[in-house]
Amino acid sequence: MGILEVKGVGKRFGGLQALGDVNLSVQENTVHAIIGPNGAGKSTLLNCLVGKLIPDTGSVMFDGQSVLGRSPHEINQMGISRVFQTPEIFGDLTVLENVMIPCFARRDGSFRMHAFGSVTGEYDMLEKAEKMLDDVNMLSKAHLHAGSLSRGDKRRLEMAMCLVQEPRLLLLDEPTAGMARADTNNTIDLLKEIKHNRDITMCIIEHDMHVVFSLADRITVLAQGTPLVEDTPQNIKGHPKVREAYLGEAHVD
Amino acid sequence: MFGLNKKDTSLLLVVAVLTLCAPFILNPFPTDSGMAQFNAGYPDLMQRFVIFGIFAVGFNILFGLTGYLSFGHAAFLGVGSYSAVWMFKLLSMNVLPAIILSVIVAGLFALLIGFVSLRRSGIYFSILTLAFAQMSFNLAYSVLTPITNGETGLQLTLDDPRILGVSATADGSIPVTSLFGLEMRSTYEMAVGGWNFQFSAGYYLCAIIMLISFYIAVRIFRSPFGLMLRAVKCNQNRMRYTGLNTRPYTLAAFVISGMYAGLAGGLMASMDPLAGAERMQWTASGEVVLMTILGGAGTLIGPVLGAGFIKYFENIFSKINDNVLHQWFSWLPDGLEDFVVFVIHPFIGKGWALTLGLLFMAVVIFLPGGLVEGGQRLRNVFSRDKAKDDGTHAPKSHPAE
Repeated sequence: MGILEVKGVGKRFGGLQALGDVNLSVQENTVHAIIGPNGAGKSTLLNCLVGKLIPDTGSVMFDGQSVLGRSPHEINQMGISRVFQTPEIFGDLTVLENVMIPCFARRDGSFRMHAFGSVTGEYDMLEKAEKMLDDVNMLSKAHLHAGSLSRGDKRRLEMAMCLVQEPRLLLLDEPTAGMARADTNNTIDLLKEIKHNRDITMCIIEHDMHVVFSLADRITVLAQGTPLVEDTPQNIKGHPKVREAYLGEAHVD
Repeated sequence: MFGLNKKDTSLLLVVAVLTLCAPFILNPFPTDSGMAQFNAGYPDLMQRFVIFGIFAVGFNILFGLTGYLSFGHAAFLGVGSYSAVWMFKLLSMNVLPAIILSVIVAGLFALLIGFVSLRRSGIYFSILTLAFAQMSFNLAYSVLTPITNGETGLQLTLDDPRILGVSATADGSIPVTSLFGLEMRSTYEMAVGGWNFQFSAGYYLCAIIMLISFYIAVRIFRSPFGLMLRAVKCNQNRMRYTGLNTRPYTLAAFVISGMYAGLAGGLMASMDPLAGAERMQWTASGEVVLMTILGGAGTLIGPVLGAGFIKYFENIFSKINDNVLHQWFSWLPDGLEDFVVFVIHPFIGKGWALTLGLLFMAVVIFLPGGLVEGGQRLRNVFSRDKAKDDGTHAPKSHPAE
């Protein structure tokens, strides 16, 4: 049984059946990619996993517990962190503060009235955040405003913010969307490093085949709201159904 | 010291010295000189400086840190005042229980209003708070007359059933507010040369309470809780997906700032035991917004500066009248003198709000960071000049706190 079990998930927006009957099983310590053409329902599926949307049918179990009906912060506290398509960071705060916030969230839970502590006196948290920044080669930028970073660095920072929480499952929504080739390669290297150095399960939604094939252990191909196939990257590459979905040969009746 | 870093400690000490020496600092001109009207060192005005300072410091915890712009904070000020006056009427003339009750009642009231208003953010939040405050104002003015005494305002009377204390003093007058026997209106006057310095017990009580509130605000700013509040302002979405529940954070900030407002209201009533509905009107809510923005929202000292600035100029400009102007410009030829007075007339006396409005516009346009930014720019200019004099390179400028 996988760490994430999606069974029979369906979601309808008015007349549009965004997700049909999605079954998905993500195994622990693997990288599972979800690919598919535009409008295949990849983002809808991801939003159902993190509590932004509630599916009409089906169930989503994480580590034996249902995530349905829980709010995003509760799902995060269960051990699921999310990287957004455009990096979501705290632009007005320093890079170090950005990484300290998830540290506090992990230690203190979703709310703690810690009004008489001192951020600079939290040595454990500082150390943890600085080590994390060192791991992603951003320690030299610790005191810059996060909003002034380059796109690639913002992505790195967001990744650091997720990783410092030591999530059991990391969800990535098109982590290289809109990036220049060099930045994309950097991100791939970073993700590979994470995959090899940490016990972490990753679920990546991606458009870029280069990214997918260099990272994924398993790939699910989604088209028109239903999974077409699920297999290893080697088998997916030559699969006729996949080519059909990507080359647009599916007929619309 | 006090769990603060060096920079914050020195800031706190500077504020402490300034407030405690205010009777001297605000009284720079001899009593009989022509400039005496610019003195602000009398108890009534100094009390207003620090009380509105408390109000603005509390408002800044909400607006400066979380970015939630409340347009209804005067409601908490009013509630605090009413609670304090009721305490004087029913319990005792000691200000301490009155102040404590006003903080508690304002906190509960803020919990209620915040719980509803914080379901929305941005402009909708502002409108909701404004609506609640106007509702409170109108209720206090009409329906709740038994509690608030309507448009007359709540006052002490000679037949108040005071449990700990007397309804009327031996000579048949209403007793005065005190702190364990130290009357709030008692003032020690010190005449030095042409100067007349006044030390009022009421002012010093307010000043000490303001210093404590300021200290608490500094601690909140530097705490993990304060960091979370700043995160709320930046990106609530990221917060949620980082496992943080934003609602209790914003509500806590709202209640804390409501309690500060209640404290200010309680102090106001302690200095002068009456409370009127107009204290809750939207103009009063707007005033604290202006103070905070004028001084510098999100900075520690800004709101205090803003409160002092607005209260000082409000007082000074409204005091200047045409006679004073004629005195000032008597050296001009007759026709020109009248003309100059005619031009300046709309900006003074009853027109003080016009001048203050223009000053406010100037600050917002040229110093978006408020008076604090002005101070920083001045300091940068000076440090650059100094570096030039030394023949060294200008020090790398540090990002503004």
